[in-house]
Amino acid sequence: MSLHNIPIKSESVEPYSIGNPRALLTEIAARLEKLAKEGVASSMDLNSLPFAPGEYDQLRVLLGDGEVNARIDAMGASEVMETRYPGVWWVTHYNVEGDIIADSIEITEIPEILKSQPADIEGGLALLQAQIHGLDA
Amino acid sequence: MADQKTVGERLAEQGVSRRAFLKFCAALATMMALPPEAGRAMAEALAQSRRPSVIWLSFQECTGCTESLTRSASPTLENMIFNMISLDYHETLQAASGYGAEKSRADAMKENYGKYLLLVDGSVALGQGGAYSTVAGRSNLDMLQEAAKGAAAVVAVGTCSSFGGIPAAQPNPTGAVPVTDIVKDKPVINVSGCPPIPVVITGVLAHYLTFGQLPALDALGRPTAFYGNSIHDRCYRRPFYDQGKFAKTFDDEGARNGWCLFELGCKGPTTHNACATTKWNGGTSFPIESGHGCLGCSEPNFWDGGSFYAPLSTPTSALSLATDAVVAGVAVGAAVSVANRMKKKHAKAGHEPATVSDLKK
Repeated sequence: MSLHNIPIKSESVEPYSIGNPRALLTEIAARLEKLAKEGVASSMDLNSLPFAPGEYDQLRVLLGDGEVNARIDAMGASEVMETRYPGVWWVTHYNVEGDIIADSIEITEIPEILKSQPADIEGGLALLQAQIHGLDA
Repeated sequence: MADQKTVGERLAEQGVSRRAFLKFCAALATMMALPPEAGRAMAEALAQSRRPSVIWLSFQECTGCTESLTRSASPTLENMIFNMISLDYHETLQAASGYGAEKSRADAMKENYGKYLLLVDGSVALGQGGAYSTVAGRSNLDMLQEAAKGAAAVVAVGTCSSFGGIPAAQPNPTGAVPVTDIVKDKPVINVSGCPPIPVVITGVLAHYLTFGQLPALDALGRPTAFYGNSIHDRCYRRPFYDQGKFAKTFDDEGARNGWCLFELGCKGPTTHNACATTKWNGGTSFPIESGHGCLGCSEPNFWDGGSFYAPLSTPTSALSLATDAVVAGVAVGAAVSVANRMKKKHAKAGHEPATVSDLKK
């Protein structure tokens, strides 16, 4: 059973800001500049930031939606979304129970998790060849 | 036993794709504040490594540390670690018992001498020649000394094995000591907490398996990636502390507004751990987010640090007091003692013992 199924309701707290979204946008801009000029990719762990209630959602709104929105199913879901600023990706990994295990902003051309991995490609090739042999048999 | 298959081969056998493993490693790398490329490096290194033998000894403990690591029933970041190690001895988890269990431990130690990882939860009882805590008729001290001899490194899991914890709390009837009091010639990593955060245990093991060395440690032997900041540093209520806004009771307006819990005894300013960022129960929350102050469970002597509900500025018996204060304290103590004796005397004088005839009334 997922934690979300436990019927506990928490009191809602009025959202307020302690300045995190503004500071984060500035940092993202500095990192994006580094990617553009030097090709240096980087990431920021959102879980390690002490967001005040509402600030996380505020950051999401400020970064907005871009052209790419991908969903991966690998031992739980992963959401990979390019924000309205190309090169700035919001990557969220969930476990099979639906709990977030990592939540980060990646400043890169393409997040590593979207690429097919060499070991999987080899496994896939063997599977494909077996299927072709199966059709021929 | 440490088998000949690589971690990658084992994962493939279980239908875990390399991308899924990369996801696990990327999450770990992020939590350990490693650069983004470290996730991939970690995945590649771990996939090619052979699973090392791990021996887990449990001494004076409550099994909370094991519960913390194994709590989830489905594949998670935390229990993915079991794909990366060969857990050759763990009293709670192993199927074997009695002589069979002890033999598997002895065999694993012999076969992997100098290479296995030794995990210990619980403190070591030294009182009465170690008689307070024994396993298979042997004292914890004896077992630890033997197992540590052939270990590549020792991980003290939980506050009891890291610092003595609750068993070592005053008056420490069993003479409990931490692992570092016994093991002096091997690297020891303290993963403190009561219990420790599961992903911290996983992260430390993954780091060791990936890089072949211990992560950076703080002065108390804890990995700085997880214990580098205080709870207070990373607390979302910190701005209220800076503004001087404190909850005075657990149900006042300040508490309802989420103000700082310092005056209600929160030990966040002196406690180093990752609860405020990693959180608990699948990232749901941590104690302060649930409205209760931090108890300081990942610090030495947390049980003897005075009331959990007294602000940090309140002196406790664990603090060394100035001479004047001690003298004043002795004087107050003497006065209280005299007063108590007087009360006792009055009570005695006013007391009329019941008689058999009273019972018949």
